[in-house]
Order: sequence, then C-alpha cells, then structure tokens
Amino acid sequence: MGRYLLRRLLQLVPVFIGTTFMIYWLVWSVPGDPFAGKCGERRCPDTYIAFMTEKYQLDQPVWVQYATYMKNLLQGDFGTKFSGQSINDIILTSYPNTLKLALVALGIEAVIGLGAGVLTGLRRNGFLDNLVLISTLFLIALPIFVIGFVTQWLFGVKWGIVTPTVSSEMRFSELILPGFVLGSVSMAYIARVARTSIAENRRGDYVRTAIAKGLPMRRVVGVHLLRNSLIPVVTLLGTDLGALMGGAIVTEGIFGINGIGRQVYRAILTKESATVVSIVVVLVLVYLLMNLLVDLLYAALDPRIRYE
Amino acid sequence: MSDPSTASIVSTPRIEEPAQTGAPANAGLPESDRRNKPRGLLGDAWRDLRRKPLFWISATFILIFLVMAAFPQLFTSGDAVNGALSRSRVEPSADAWFGYDVQGRDVYARVIYGARASIVVAVISVIGTLLIGGTMGIIAGYRGGWVDALLSRIADVFFGLPFVLGAIVILTTFNGSGTSNSEWKIMGLVIMSLVVLSWPVVMRLMRSSVLATKEADYIVAARALGAGTGRIVLKHLLPNCLAPLLVYGTIMVGSFIGAEATLSFLGVGLKSPVVSWGIMISEAQNYIRVSPFLLFFPALFLVVAVLSFVMLGEAVREALDPKLR
Amino acid sequence: MRVSKRASAVALGAAFALIASGCSSGGNEGGEGGNSSDGAVTIHGVQPENPLVPANTTETGGGKIIDDLWTGLVEYPNNGGAPQNAVAESIETTDSKVFKIKIKENTKFHDGTVVKAKNFVDAWNWAAYSPNGAQNASFFADIDGFADVNKEDPDGPDGPQKAPEPTADKMSGLKVVDDWNFEVTLAAPTAVFPTKLGYSAFMPLPDAFFSQKAEDFGKKPIGNGPVKFVSWEDDVAIKLTRFDDYSLRDKMKVKDVTVKLYQDENAAYNDLLSGNLDFLESIPVSALAGDKWKSDLGDRAMNTTTPTTAFIAFPFYDKRFQNPKLRKAVSLAIDRQEISDKIFFGTRKPADSWANPLTPGAKPGNCTVCKFDAAQAKQLLTEAGGFQGEMVFYYNADSSHKEWMDAVAQQVKTNLGINARAEGMPTFAVFRAAVNAHKMKGPYRAAWQQDYPDVENWVNPLFVKGGSSNDGLYSNPEVDRLAKEASGAPSLEASHEKFAEAVALVDQDVPSLPIYFYGLQSGHSEKIKKMELNNVGEADITTIEL
Repeated sequence: MGRYLLRRLLQLVPVFIGTTFMIYWLVWSVPGDPFAGKCGERRCPDTYIAFMTEKYQLDQPVWVQYATYMKNLLQGDFGTKFSGQSINDIILTSYPNTLKLALVALGIEAVIGLGAGVLTGLRRNGFLDNLVLISTLFLIALPIFVIGFVTQWLFGVKWGIVTPTVSSEMRFSELILPGFVLGSVSMAYIARVARTSIAENRRGDYVRTAIAKGLPMRRVVGVHLLRNSLIPVVTLLGTDLGALMGGAIVTEGIFGINGIGRQVYRAILTKESATVVSIVVVLVLVYLLMNLLVDLLYAALDPRIRYE
Repeated sequence: MSDPSTASIVSTPRIEEPAQTGAPANAGLPESDRRNKPRGLLGDAWRDLRRKPLFWISATFILIFLVMAAFPQLFTSGDAVNGALSRSRVEPSADAWFGYDVQGRDVYARVIYGARASIVVAVISVIGTLLIGGTMGIIAGYRGGWVDALLSRIADVFFGLPFVLGAIVILTTFNGSGTSNSEWKIMGLVIMSLVVLSWPVVMRLMRSSVLATKEADYIVAARALGAGTGRIVLKHLLPNCLAPLLVYGTIMVGSFIGAEATLSFLGVGLKSPVVSWGIMISEAQNYIRVSPFLLFFPALFLVVAVLSFVMLGEAVREALDPKLR
Repeated sequence: MRVSKRASAVALGAAFALIASGCSSGGNEGGEGGNSSDGAVTIHGVQPENPLVPANTTETGGGKIIDDLWTGLVEYPNNGGAPQNAVAESIETTDSKVFKIKIKENTKFHDGTVVKAKNFVDAWNWAAYSPNGAQNASFFADIDGFADVNKEDPDGPDGPQKAPEPTADKMSGLKVVDDWNFEVTLAAPTAVFPTKLGYSAFMPLPDAFFSQKAEDFGKKPIGNGPVKFVSWEDDVAIKLTRFDDYSLRDKMKVKDVTVKLYQDENAAYNDLLSGNLDFLESIPVSALAGDKWKSDLGDRAMNTTTPTTAFIAFPFYDKRFQNPKLRKAVSLAIDRQEISDKIFFGTRKPADSWANPLTPGAKPGNCTVCKFDAAQAKQLLTEAGGFQGEMVFYYNADSSHKEWMDAVAQQVKTNLGINARAEGMPTFAVFRAAVNAHKMKGPYRAAWQQDYPDVENWVNPLFVKGGSSNDGLYSNPEVDRLAKEASGAPSLEASHEKFAEAVALVDQDVPSLPIYFYGLQSGHSEKIKKMELNNVGEADITTIEL
C-alpha cells in the first residue's frame, strides 16, 4: 500500500513536466499577436508592444520562457498576467469558487443520477426507464448554454425562485441551479452507467442468496446491491470532478461566477501561457489525486479488491 | 489484482462471474452454447439481436439518417444555403414546414443537409476514438508493467489538455482563415482534433476492463490450452470488454455533435456554407425567446439520432452480454 | 479609442443622450430609504484589462471607471454640445499652435493633494515617454518635442534591435508657468487640440503616482473626479464612493456605486429584471430580438445612438479590389435597411454618411453609394469586368458579428451573382494581427469610434495615407492634401469646410463601406428615479437619483 502510493506519487513528476510543457508550447503556438488587439481598431504604438514584449520576455525562444516559468514556479511564483494581476491571487480567489460549484454539481449528479439509475436498473424497459432515457438524452443533446439560458430565465426571472446570478459569497442555495446545469451532462452518463451496473449485479448470486434468506427488499437493494454497484459510479464521479472544474466555462459565464473557466479561456485567446499552464496544472493535480482517492475508495466498497 | 485502478469504470464481467449459478456460465466460450451448435459469440449475438424490435427500430432510424447524409436531395428540394432577409424568422407554415431562420433560409432544408456534417463528424470521431483508445487500452492492460505505465502517463498528459486550447491550436494550424480546404478536408481535421483530445478516457475504460477480465478463468483456460496472444485478445478478451465501450461510445455520439458546433462557433471548425445541427443550434441561441422553433427542430433531429445510436448500442450490448439473455 | 471586446462597442465621443426616466419622482422604494444622499447603486461593468492608469487604458471596461474617477480639463456634455471647461478655467490661443491653459484653483485629488498645473504636465510627459510603453502615447504626438521623448524601434517591436533611448524625458512644448498656469506649444497648428483634452489620456496624475510603479498605482487609483476608489475585487466588483471634497459642477447625488463585473450580458440582464442590478448599458441580443426588452422593461428601457460606425474595409493591397466600380457595386448590392430591420431589430440605423452624423462637422447623407440599388450594382459590376473567384468577408468570431456579416455576404451573392460568403477568424487578436500585417484576403469588418468629437477624427486616421487606422492602405494624394490643409486651418469652421471637400473625393473612391451606425439600448431598475447617459451612452453616475 505504502509502496504503491509512493510509486503513484513519483509518476506525477513526469506527467507534471510533460503536461506543463505541452500546454505552454500549445498556447505559445496559438496564432496571433497578444498585443495586436489590445488597442482596438487601431494598431498599438510600437513602443507599447516593445515594452510589453520585453517585460514578459516574449522575444525569447519558447523553451527559455518555459524554463524561466518553471524556475519561478518552483519558488511558488506563478507569475503575472499581462494585466499586472498576480496569477497566485487569481488561483487563490477563483479556484475555491470553481471547486464549490463543481462539488455542488457532483453532489446533484450523484443524487439524481444514482437515483434514476437505481430506479431504472431495477425495472428495466418500463415506462420510467424510457422517460429517464429520453430526458437524459435531451440533456446531452442540448448545449449547456441553452440549458443554462432557459433555466436561468425560468427560475431566476419568470418565477423568481432564485437570484439569476451567484453573489460573491457563493451561498449554497445560489449554487443549486448552476450546479444542476453544470452536472446535467454527467448526470446522464451516471444514470446510464448505474442502470447497467445495477441490472447486472441484480443477477449476482449474493443478491439471490440475500433474497432467499428472506431479507427485506429494501435491505437487499440498500446494502448488498447498491454497495456493489457503486464502484463504476464512484470511478466516474471521481474522474468527473476534474472534468467539471475544467468544463465550467459556459456555466460560470452564465451565472456570473468568478471561476477558473473564464480565466483559462481568456488567457488562451490572449496567448498568456503562464496563466493557462498555472491554472491547468492545478487542475491536472486535482484530477490525478482524485483518481488515487477513488482507487483507495474501492477497497472500502469492495472487500474483494486488495492492494499489493 | 496488482493495481487498484483495475476496477472498471463501467461494470464488466468480473473474475468471479464464471462461478455464478443460473446464468449461462463461461460467457465467452462458444462451447457453452445451450443448443450445442458450435457458433461464435458474434453469431450468438446476431441470433439474439434479430429477435429484438428495439434493434430493428433503431437500425431503421440510423439507416434513414445515413441516407439523409448521403443523399439529402431525396428528402428536400429546398435551398439550404441561400436565403432572403425579407423572410427572416418566419414561423413554420405549409410552405416551409420548419420555418425560416434569421438569414431567411429554409430550416427544413438546412436540418436535412445538416445531417451529413453532424453524423459524419460524430460517428467517425467516435469510431476513431474507440479504435485508438481501445487499442491503447488493450495493450496497456494486457501487457502491464512499463508499457502500461508509459501509455497511462501519456494518456494523463493528453487528459490534462483543455479541449478548447487543443482544438484551437490544431485547427488554426491546419485550418486557419484564408486556407481553402475542401468541406471533406475540414471535416477530417475536426474529426482528428476530436479524436486526439478524447482518446484517453476510452483508453482508461478499456484498460480497466481488460485488467478485470484478463485473469478470468476462461482466459486462463485458453492460455493453458496454448492459445496465442493474438487469439486470446481477439477471440476472448475483446468481445468481453466491448460492452462498456459501446455504452460510452453511443452517448459520445451526442457529445461530439455538440463539440463540433463549439468548434465551428469559435471560427475554427466547419465554415459556411457547410451546415450542421450543432451550428444551427448555436445560431438559434439568441432567439430562444422569440423564435424557439429555430432551436427546436435541429435539437429534435439531434435527440432522435442520438437516441437511435444509444438504443442500438444498448441492444448490441445486451446481445453480447450472455448474463442478460 | 476604446474598444469593447464584446459585440456592442461603446464609443467615446459626442453623441447626446438625455434620458429622464418616466417614473414619477415621488415613488417610495421599499426598504431602500428612497433617499439619494446616502443611497447606493449597482451598475454593470466588465473587468478592466489593465491597471487603471488613464494613459494606458484603451478598452471600455477600465475606461468607464476612469471616466468616473477623473475629471479632465474639458468635459463633453451629455447633450452632445461643444466641449466645456471642467478643471480648466480658460484655454486661450491666437494661432492654434500655442495654448495658454489656466486651471481652477484648489481642486483636489482623492488623497487630499491639490491639482496643480505640474500634475498635468508631468502626467503627459510620463505618457509620451516611450520606455513607459503607454497605450495612448500617440495622443501626445501633436506636442512639440514628442519625437525626442518617444523613439520608435527601428526594426519594429519583434526585431532584434532594442529601441533607442529617448534623447529627452520631457516634451519641449510643455511649460509650467506657475501652480495654476501652463503653456502647450504644438509642432503644427491644430485647431481641434482643445477638443481632444477631454479624452482620458490627458487626465492629471497626483504626485503619489510618480513615487510608485504605475501598475501598483493602477490597482488603487487616485483621481480627481466626483467619486473616489474604494476597492477592486478582480472579476467580481469595483466599489466607488462619493468624493466629498469635490468642488466642480457634477457632484454625486448618491453615495456608493458598486460596479459589478459581468462576463455575460444575459446574466446582467436577468439581474436587472430581478432587481439585483440597477443599470445595464447594453441589452443583450436575446432580449432585443422581437423587442422583448421593451415589454420586459417598460419605461425603464432607454434607447440612444452613439458616434460609432460599422464599416466593411477593402484590402487595397489585393489587386482584385482596386477597381472603384467593383467596390461601388458591392456597396450598392447591400440593403442596409433590411439588415437594420431584420438583424438588428431597428436598434442600429443604416449608415448613409462617411463620418458619423453625430460628430460636429460631419455632413449627414453624403455617402452616395450607401443606398440599395441592385440594378445599378449589376451594371457597375459588368463595367468593372466582373469578379473572379470567391469573395470572402472576414470578421472576428469572438464577438457577435456573424449574423450581419452573413447577411452582407448573402446579399452580395444574391444581388451580384458573386460567389460570396462570410468567414470568422477565431479571435480579435488573430484578426487584427492579419489586418495590421496587410494579409487579408477579402473585405473585412471594421468599426470606428471617434476619440473626440470632430470630423477630423473621421478623416485623418481612416482615409489619409499613413493614417493610424488606414489598414487597407487606401491612398489618394488629393485627399491627403485637402485633409492636411483642413487640419492646419485657423478655425474649426474653415477646417470643417475643407474636410467636406476631402470627404467628397472619398465618396468617389469608396475605400470602405459604411454599413450601420451603432445604437445603444440600456435599461435601469425601478429603484432609479432619474438618470442621464453621457455622450457615449454610459451611465453618468453623477446624475443618478433614487
């Protein structure tokens, strides 16, 4: 167990370097001049461009820029944006917001997705099963900006149930709607996967035994069936946290949440390699650590799984 | 199990499954066929499929969409490209069943012509993703050791790339403005970027299935009988690990149609006059309140198409999975 | 010029917008006290791209805050009239070359120090000094001695050579006489110079600015305007409060102003409707469609025009576009009225003149090819010998230009039979990089927002050889000569007459196609009983009454 953990942690190092360099290089290869659009329809003064180019060392080859960036990173300095904002500050303020949103989304998709999955898995091909299938397909097929726009309009303005945008305090009640919107696509995946898993395990011999023993159905489903069917769902939920955090661009925009999605997107468009890499790197770490956590969770859920 | 990440994402036949009572055991082995007729797994599945109405319904729909993609002029004589502003956002009527869009173009004709780009891009990308991700997953899972570690870490690097960033770079490099790539070449590039950026998930999925399956009794038995690696992988491993990929892949068709729209919307994907459902949906977004039909029709076609693929996938998966018979 | 990266650009200039809300002033607002003097409002904003330094701000997000935090020598009245003195007591000249500027005594910066003549001179010298890299440096090019403090890089910013050190750090044309007087000498007579002085590049800076780094100052700016800076939480909100020592005309009526920074106008609009936002200066397209916003907002809806024009520019460096008859044919094939009606729901008016008619000195209706005439267009195309190949209209896909560019391409295709289509380029930066490098392969969208209210600003930058935004490389020596004469004319009237002659020649050459004039649709909450928009359609926060 200890050795296994150590090995996994050590493998983070090459992935970390590979990912950061690849992203740094990709952002650097985005076409366009970061300062060409800064002054509107008029060309920026050459003196301004020269000043900024020198300040951010953009005239250096890409590996030199990357090496400088990594050197500062090891000292805990993520650098500054072209706007003069410290990237450390951006990460500190926007990450908690995105994390909160993603956790709420994760919670909602787990509850609704799992609930729908269990219900449909137990009664496959019934009316409810088809209803869930079709409604989840609508969620997949409609782009998130449509779902967000429509729900914000209905719940926020027309019926006045919630405030349309999220305040800077990020209260839980305000996050339910954006969380639902963000989690809607994954919810569909969770429901499908849970349904399949439940349906398969429903025929497991241990379920048969439990029923034969005369256990009440509620106990059979709740304790035996659910626990064994949770593994694939937990895996999906675990990998999803990173995906939710990285994929929240549209949701954050619609609901006015100051999160990382917009920071990354804008930084890509303005070719700010340091910003993109800094934010994505934290995301990759979240994703890798979640995977590790999920792996450890398996043992708790399924006694048949053992670590070496 | 030597690596805890072996547990599959989607439930797969587990090690102890052959021990289950009741269900026809030894899933992958043709010898286990109840009627004692030697028939392969696929033949078995086909027998099973033929009896499912769900299969026939979804297959019919998919056939219609494929014909629509190949010969759109069979379905409409309308003009999907040219319009007139004078009939901008005219509601559906007997003349134009689905109405006219903001530029005054026939929505019905556009939905029909949009099937080609949407279906071609989504289906080929899904197939490509499944092939590349699946192959990498099988290799990583079956070989294990340093091969597994290397491939998994490469997948991690790709997984960390933000989709928008990767797509912008790949597509502007090959499909920047001013380049006059043909419709098919652009589709190819869009497909390539979708595949490059989404194979790691499939790879993990496949790898975990393979890891869970490769120690199963029937594989061990096959190996003991002297079967070669190729035979084990193709005949025994692959059919038993296909189910989760099918579930995932069919849903992915829907997501890819949307992803293609995002790329076109950013100006790096398909270019006018090529039309797709995703493009139509994005174009309709500002008019949801006044002209909801602009959103409704392409979304409807999209849902029906994705539904057909999901149903087909479901039917095939159930046919392949002996426990569900 | 400031540019919004979003769809709706906001101009800086001299439009007028005097809107008093229809709400009766006696309404009692639940819970808000109904009292202006200690009231608070929340208005819409976007995250500034740079620290708030006036000479380094060229975009609307930060420009709006700077306009509130600073008061310049002159101000542009909300009703669009001629510029009036603000901090300036008087600006005198006899030859349009030497200007004697006297400022009002004892006005204060927010840190309590007094605004003196040297605060202006030092601020301008800082902005012009090339190593400081200010975005607005070129605004000081009129002043004598600018060339000594602002050295261009000999091989461009990307070249290996470094820019030479300037030979001076102060412009010789600026002289402080005493605390309240200074003198400006220009390199050449420029009648329009006093009009420029209201632009944010010319704002004074307190002594505290020069003792710290500009970007540190910009995070906690100290201005001399009606409100002072309180706090700035990135991407969330900027808080401003009334400056109680403010002694000029436009004092604040409410106390606190929160500028809430949005990423999405639909979100801001929904906040406005549900009472969480008090003012939004650009209603999103989703609400403009079908005039939904008018029924949503009722008499809280405000509609105004701004001195900004959308153009389609031709790349003169591409041989295919060098025939004026072809350009005229394309212009006549575009039905601007239909685009205005169907794409913009009437919120943007079809363009019919070269300079925006809201600009002093501009003549309305002087674009003879801005009408729609398909028959004449066809004939001109035949005379021009047709058009070979595909005509692609380019735009930047990161803001909403797709609809109208698609419509233009479709009309050209239908009416001229040319194989035309519109194509987006992913970002404004990519788009501008191609425009700046003269690599466009077809007509492309452009927009011009005047920097200061005078027709000069619509001719020199756009149609004169070497003009700062003449990106298509249009050149007509006769136009250049007339514009030069007009710029150096002794009076504004004489200058305007000469410019009219130049524009008449431009009309024959059709270097670009004016398509529509921008309009601005805004709305306010029920809480606000009365407010005005300034000359560019932004909220004039000093007029807000609850």
